[in-house]
Amino acid sequence: MYLSLSDRPAAPTIHDTAPSADTAKHGRVARVVVTLGIVSLLTDIASESVNAILPLYLTTVVGLSPVAFGFVDGLYQGVSALVRIAAGWAADRTGRPQPVALAGYGLSLVARVLLLGAHGFGSVSAVVSVDRIGKGIRTAPRDAMIAASSPPARLGRAFGVHRALDTVGATLGPLVAFAILWQIPDGFHTILVLSLGFALLGVTVLALFVPITTGSRPKLSRGARGRQGGTSEGADRLPTRRRGTSKSAGFRRLVVVVGVLGLLTVGDGFIYLTLLDTGGFAARWFPVLYVGTNLAYLSLAIPLGRLADRFGRTRVLLLGHLPLAGAYLCAATGSGTLAITVIALLLLGVFYAATDGVLPAVAGRLVPQEARTTGIATAQSAVAIARLLASTGFGVLWYAIGPRSAMLAVCVALLAAVPAGVLALRRTEPAA
Amino acid sequence: MSWRAAVLGAIVVGVVASSTAYGLGEWHHSRADASRAPAVAVADRTAIEAGPRIVFRHTGLDAEYGVVAEVSLDDPAGPRAFTGVTCDRVYARPGVATCLKTDRGVVTHYEADDLDADWKQTASEPLPGLPSRTRLSPDGTLASSTVFVNGDSYVTTGFSTRTVVRRIGGASYGDLERFTLVLDGKRVSPPDRNIWGVTFAPDDKTFYATVATGGRTYLVRGDLAARTLTTIADHVECPSLSPDGSKIAFKEARSDRSRGSWWTPAVLDLATGKRTVLTTENRNVDDQIEWLDDDTLLYGLPREDADGVTDVWALSTDGTTAPRLFLPDAWSPAVIR
Repeated sequence: MYLSLSDRPAAPTIHDTAPSADTAKHGRVARVVVTLGIVSLLTDIASESVNAILPLYLTTVVGLSPVAFGFVDGLYQGVSALVRIAAGWAADRTGRPQPVALAGYGLSLVARVLLLGAHGFGSVSAVVSVDRIGKGIRTAPRDAMIAASSPPARLGRAFGVHRALDTVGATLGPLVAFAILWQIPDGFHTILVLSLGFALLGVTVLALFVPITTGSRPKLSRGARGRQGGTSEGADRLPTRRRGTSKSAGFRRLVVVVGVLGLLTVGDGFIYLTLLDTGGFAARWFPVLYVGTNLAYLSLAIPLGRLADRFGRTRVLLLGHLPLAGAYLCAATGSGTLAITVIALLLLGVFYAATDGVLPAVAGRLVPQEARTTGIATAQSAVAIARLLASTGFGVLWYAIGPRSAMLAVCVALLAAVPAGVLALRRTEPAA
Repeated sequence: MSWRAAVLGAIVVGVVASSTAYGLGEWHHSRADASRAPAVAVADRTAIEAGPRIVFRHTGLDAEYGVVAEVSLDDPAGPRAFTGVTCDRVYARPGVATCLKTDRGVVTHYEADDLDADWKQTASEPLPGLPSRTRLSPDGTLASSTVFVNGDSYVTTGFSTRTVVRRIGGASYGDLERFTLVLDGKRVSPPDRNIWGVTFAPDDKTFYATVATGGRTYLVRGDLAARTLTTIADHVECPSLSPDGSKIAFKEARSDRSRGSWWTPAVLDLATGKRTVLTTENRNVDDQIEWLDDDTLLYGLPREDADGVTDVWALSTDGTTAPRLFLPDAWSPAVIR
């Protein structure tokens, strides 16, 4: 079993345009991966700085309570998942992921400009939704470019580098925003201006330093394009079905397995809240617990990516859910002490480091090259939708049997699901 | 240097220059605000506290921005006494006050402080999110707080409320979401319930609050001894019990196609169930109302042309009189007689 789970390539059967000579020979991560990481870092500073202060902005400046915000946001999470698949399909059809990603980053930039003029709850939430749609568009094409630019043997590390940079941005954003508000008590517009600046820098770096041909391949032949259809239902038809049945079967199994695991991923908020339940350390630090998780994530993303390359990416992706079960267990002890809180945050960070970047690395290799972006988008959307359902379902459990018992129940279910997932995927990993 | 690096360099310089310039501008502006003396006359605290008064958060853009102030009930436009305590939300009874505040910093915390007659802190509890509402029971022995919690929701970026009742100087009754909810006579435990806006009856046991579930809002009567919440009306948010205990003032959600949705002050007679929506106030009132007397409501509204500045308005419950500006540059009023 350990052999078949290994995803170290025996031979480089996938030929992508980009893996430049310097990467493969000297074992460095491709420059375009670092560049995309910097783009994500800049963009995450832009979006997370605003997201962090949005509640404060709505209550102190706009003078409204943000209760209704959650409803709007949930709706757009669903829209974002659909947009992601459509964008993946567009990138595959044109054979050019870079312009699609650029459109996604560009849309978020437009949202930042609109936010400067937005005043009032409706316009602010509409603008935030535009930002989220932009995020939905760009994620899969960006990951496809990372996959195309990295030698198959080093995919995990490449994604690790990208995710580490990305998380640096997501951590810095809120801290920068709160530091500004600390020095300028009503400096909301300074944050909005700075956010626009960072978004502009992100788009500039992408447009100038990520070649338009990154991750591109020859366009589909006329016949293939005809079969793929220009019809409206074309978007949900995976090009994978036309090719290599073993690959597409493996891909479908992957989507099912990560979807099931996603159903048992209840969202950090619930873990933090369970820790909060008994007060103590977690209560005072509640607003910044995410920083602890992010620090663990960003420092472990590269080591765990490397581990995935050596030990098998599918295996790390699946076993990476065990630390999540550990975090549930910590929360289930119901003690918000310093030690338990820190361990829980660390485990949560390990979970993200072992899964978030590894998923596109696995998914991108289970579908034919010309369907890569769609494949990555489909897997990511399956996880996103499953997690949305998980949080809803967990809410029911939370009230029915109490937070700690609910945590324990999900922990047990996850511990059972991981070995089942390993069994289900033991033969799907492509040998090459 | 390639043209690409040159373009990037130019944009970096542009972004750094413009955001620094903007930031410095706002910084100077806020420094100027913070060093300006209040436009109102300043009174001595002991003089104001000798009689009936209103305790509130001062929101004039000056050195006392955000500081709790007091003004004589007989002369609300008159001189203000400043307490030196900064709060986002404040409520007070004779000899005791509760203050929800934001501790700013790179790491921002929130806390609920109890204050004594001398505005000295007697207790402090960390809060898990952004302050929204706080109230004390008429005799000042019970306190409630509502905050917005990030992540307590189906989506991590959504918002949800957390409402806690505790005894001043004593134990907490915990999160009201743990109380047994009796909806239309049936015990239920919907996962999406949210609770906010507590108001206390004088008996040290009964309170009223809003419960939202399934997209609807309900007025509940709470019992601290039995740990229950029982719905008694629907479409009621942020209740506030009148001084004589006979009526509930609240905000009623309204909507139409052209304007979207907004809240209007309304009054519910607890004995008869008669509901009066005070449409003489057409603006969006998102506040927990305070009673000035048995016929007059007080509530805060953001001032349209000035970010962060609010005014407290007074509205008669007769349903015909237009609202009047009661306390300019003020927020979170508490009437002490």
